Amino acid sequence: MNKLTVSPSPHIKSSQTTKKIMWTVVIALIPVGMAGVYIFGISSLNVMVFSVLSCIFTEALFLKFRNRDPRAVLDGSAILTGLLLAYNLPPSTPFWIPVIGGAVSIILGKQIFGGLGQNIFNPALVGRAFLQISWPVYMTTWKNPRWWPDAISSATPLAKEAGPHFTYMDLFLGNRAGCIGEVCVIALIIGALFLLVTKIISLHIPLSFIGTVGIITWIFGKDGFFKGDFIFNILAGGIILGAFFMATDYVTSPLTKKGKIIFGIGCGVLTAIIRLRGSYPEGVCYSILFMNAAVPIIDRFTKTKKYGLIKK
Amino acid sequence: MASVNFIHPPDFKDIAKNKKIEQAPIPKRAILPLSQHTGAPSEPVVNAGDSVKTGSLIAQAKGFISANLHSSVSGKVLAIEESPHPGLGISKAIIIESDGQDIKASLDSVPVKDVSTLSKEEIAALIKEAGIVGLGGAAFPAFVKLNPPPAKKIDTFIINGAECEPFLTCDHRLMLERPKEIILGVQLMAKVLGVKDVIIGVEENKIDAAERLNSSIFVLKPSLGGQSLNLKVKILKTQYPQGGEKQLIKMLLNREVPSGGLPLDIGVVVNNVQTVFAVYEAVYLKKPLYERVITVSGSFSNMAKNILVRIGAPIKDVLDYCGLNQKTGLYKVIMGGPMTGVAQCDLNAPVIKGTSGILILDKKFRLKEEELECIRCSRCIEACPVGLMPCAIGLSVKKDKFDLAASYDPFDCIDCGSCSYVCPSKIPLAQLVKLAKVKIKRQ
Repeated sequence: MNKLTVSPSPHIKSSQTTKKIMWTVVIALIPVGMAGVYIFGISSLNVMVFSVLSCIFTEALFLKFRNRDPRAVLDGSAILTGLLLAYNLPPSTPFWIPVIGGAVSIILGKQIFGGLGQNIFNPALVGRAFLQISWPVYMTTWKNPRWWPDAISSATPLAKEAGPHFTYMDLFLGNRAGCIGEVCVIALIIGALFLLVTKIISLHIPLSFIGTVGIITWIFGKDGFFKGDFIFNILAGGIILGAFFMATDYVTSPLTKKGKIIFGIGCGVLTAIIRLRGSYPEGVCYSILFMNAAVPIIDRFTKTKKYGLIKK
Repeated sequence: MASVNFIHPPDFKDIAKNKKIEQAPIPKRAILPLSQHTGAPSEPVVNAGDSVKTGSLIAQAKGFISANLHSSVSGKVLAIEESPHPGLGISKAIIIESDGQDIKASLDSVPVKDVSTLSKEEIAALIKEAGIVGLGGAAFPAFVKLNPPPAKKIDTFIINGAECEPFLTCDHRLMLERPKEIILGVQLMAKVLGVKDVIIGVEENKIDAAERLNSSIFVLKPSLGGQSLNLKVKILKTQYPQGGEKQLIKMLLNREVPSGGLPLDIGVVVNNVQTVFAVYEAVYLKKPLYERVITVSGSFSNMAKNILVRIGAPIKDVLDYCGLNQKTGLYKVIMGGPMTGVAQCDLNAPVIKGTSGILILDKKFRLKEEELECIRCSRCIEACPVGLMPCAIGLSVKKDKFDLAASYDPFDCIDCGSCSYVCPSKIPLAQLVKLAKVKIKRQ
């Protein structure tokens, strides 16, 4: 008689795995990366490669220190963190910036909390925030698209002193200075659609995030109430990247649909406040980090509605 | 009101759904556990050495929630001893050696007369005497369900023909092949309950069965006290676990059974189609419950069958009949469906009243993905049919925080396994929730 295997039910499981999810997001980020390289040139690719390699190396090192299976480095999460960090950096930044950023993302953003699934803050944004505070000049030296006459620009469209006027089409296609992964909205939308179709993400966070920024910047416009250029505000910064790819990070966002909507609105309000009143032109990174911290409390107050809780 | 979540696993029903029900051979030896229903184990009324007929009472219900047990073969009682049990591992059973004659005994508590003249008390007595339990899987004594406390007014009787577990097709075949008997059984049970509104819920992957039932309803024009029954077949989308009693009620009536309560709290009684068929046989044919239809399916499609098998037949006998080749890559044998069934380690365990199928799986069904940490993707939350947060319960259990686990209501879990099914990190959430229930109860 053959030996029989015994295990608890269910005896069939869905083919979806955590690894597949991570790699699907990596695939969804490819068009954005290609756009970044096309727009800013090969320096974008350098930043991406250094960032990803730094994340993988640091992750492998820490898995070894923690006596974990180092093969876990291939679960896709470190590569994803590296890509997302690179997409949040200026294309002209020196190589050691993404290297340090990647290491900080993995160490302070992920491994010290216990690794995959345990972190409170989005690792890539932890890295970016660290770099922003440590080397503000490198983090705000922007490069113009390859086809512009001046290579170096001093401002993204969001900066209050921004010189040239941008058409919506410029912003949509990425004909502007900015971080590698935030400028080409059309590529971001292609990636986001892919994630929606494959059901990796839902619209709860992105819609509430983007919608909130849109409404607030429309109400509190430069030229008076209800006159704000909300389309510009949505397209010009890192909101599309942040709302679809950063704020939707499973580990650092709420569990329930209700919680996700609250989280998205919170991100939107904070982003709008930082943009309208802060000294810093962009607020996506910090608003997501702030809301990450609020996730446990959001989860506590947004439990699901249970079957059978009816008044007799 | 909460919305109900479902999942859509592959249904694997094509393997067995076209196999006509056939009679399995009578086992040489029947192992009849005293505990094969919800409630107290029944009490033996025979001793080793006694002669019994097929259908003789061998153990009687002990207490209100319990059921009679009848011999499934004619022959001699060999022993009453600890024996393999498909769900409990080992439990006390009456072992009967068949004489190969299959001499039948009938139910005799009610005088033989025309069925239409039977009172509802007489019908109920026959159902009780026949030892009928819910044949959908939970094996709750049918008599108890048909005797709600007087304070509970029952207005709707639901017949569960959803058969949402993948692979299983026994209910499907029974509805196709014995629709008239099922409708006659429905009529009897509606009479006992005094209910006019009856709904048969059938998933759309069994639309042919729904049509057969509808034509039988048309031909028989089932009635109750002279008036026709309001008996409808409702087609449901195919989704899991819609055959769960509470989920089925929600989908058919949009009513929710209160947490911790029973369907009769909201005026509903639910019974499986096979249970209804057993009621028909008990009342019309005076036949106790000693056999049932099960599906044999799995990796080896040439073994797939729907068979009428005697309760107590060892799994091994059933599989041998289906042509189990010892050399095939047998990997797992499951009693029941793939979502909630129990993997067997001893093929001497018998088919019991609650057995709906036996699955034989090969290595292709090996779950080779390693368990990873929870990434809070919330797929389990979106899959849970009772609106729980399985990951929250599971993580609390892993950290030994049972108070925290209790705050997420694990006792509302119906053990459907959907959370484990969808988890991309392959965390055995259903098992962790079960553990939470056990540990919290002990505290």
